[in-house]
Amino acid sequence: MSLVVNLVLLVFLLVMALAVLKTRHLFAMAMLFGLYSLLVAGLFVVLDAPDVAFTEAAVGTGISTVLMLVTLASIKDGHELVSTQKSRTAPLIICIIMGGLLIYGTHDIAELGDPQSAPHMQVAARYIEKGQEETGVPNLVTAVLASYRGFDTLGEVTVVLTAGIGVLMLLGSRKKLRIKEVSNGK
Amino acid sequence: MANDLILRVVTKWLSPIIILFALYVQFHGDYSPGGGFQAGVIFSSAILLYSLTYGLDAALQLIPEYILRIGASLGVLIYGGVGVASMILGGNFLNYSVLASTPVAGQHLGIIIIELGVGITVASVMVLLFFTFARRVAPE
Amino acid sequence: MIEYIVGHINYWLIVAIMMVGLYTLMSRSNLIKKLAGLSMFQTAVILFYVSLGKVTGGTVPIISEEYSVYSNPLPQVLMLTAIVVGVATTALGFALVIRIKEAYNSVEENEISAMDEKE
Repeated sequence: MSLVVNLVLLVFLLVMALAVLKTRHLFAMAMLFGLYSLLVAGLFVVLDAPDVAFTEAAVGTGISTVLMLVTLASIKDGHELVSTQKSRTAPLIICIIMGGLLIYGTHDIAELGDPQSAPHMQVAARYIEKGQEETGVPNLVTAVLASYRGFDTLGEVTVVLTAGIGVLMLLGSRKKLRIKEVSNGK
Repeated sequence: MANDLILRVVTKWLSPIIILFALYVQFHGDYSPGGGFQAGVIFSSAILLYSLTYGLDAALQLIPEYILRIGASLGVLIYGGVGVASMILGGNFLNYSVLASTPVAGQHLGIIIIELGVGITVASVMVLLFFTFARRVAPE
Repeated sequence: MIEYIVGHINYWLIVAIMMVGLYTLMSRSNLIKKLAGLSMFQTAVILFYVSLGKVTGGTVPIISEEYSVYSNPLPQVLMLTAIVVGVATTALGFALVIRIKEAYNSVEENEISAMDEKE
């Protein structure tokens, strides 16, 4: 039963990705992008990952979509031009070859949900057995994130702070600077 | 958008509930899905909802920008401070077992404090991003 | 054969979504569409990793007395970090797009490179 839900959600996701590719009205694309993130959050819940679903729904549908809409409002350019100069066959061939190689690579991966597959054997089994008694926290994701892998979380918080500082440096000044003139004489 | 009655009333009722939910997710991250990142983003979405309905100036009166800049650095400082405190008390960097009398109590205390730091930083940076972007939109 | 297809079709569909995102990134010249394609590609990769951690008959990795089989918590932790880093990158990308628009008055990549080559 959960496999049917999985497949339906994945097919919807593929249709949504193709719609984002094809549409030329950029505000509609922003809305479809938010819907894509919401469907991915639903898939995470089916795959037994509610922490990740929480984060993806809040960050993808909330922050990313709002920032895209504010960018579109700021540049006041709501339509994408159809460009004739860029060739489209080279990216298509690259994507087909890469997709073929990736599908060939999934041949060795165990089937979805196999309890004996390699990622579940050594490190994760120890975290599941000893996690609650060593840290006192029943939620294993929080225990691993904050205690066993605390260094990575320190780096992640620093990345968030750095992104904030970067945006402040780029957009922090009040007046708009104009560097290149668009006239033909230049 | 401040003239729309339904939006104004619903925003005024929903924003405190969203902030309360963000605090619940932050401090119950040990027993149910949640934790610092989710709580920070939910808190920032409450401020975003208020700002979208009532305008940027009303939101800036609610939370002035210098508080956000201080908050963003304060979270990382709390996180690093826990690491340095555990070094001072005799253990390695970010070894929470030395923070309290028993190792398990120390781990629990360390996890709660660093999740608080993470939540403060993520909330401040997300709201700061939105305010910085929204200032560039020219008024019509 | 049927078992092989049923077990692996999730991965194939996720690879197809990844390739649609990559094609959007490479073939369209509008900068905002490129950023949306990049973000879709990142989200599809994260979906792939989390689907590697699922255990049939398992439940959410929160220890309680009623359950004994849990899904693998390790991919979920690593992907939590990846999602937040992805949104930080996307936010910086959008800030750069706003500045490019102010400097060149266009967000199409071929117009911008033509303006750069003219001088």
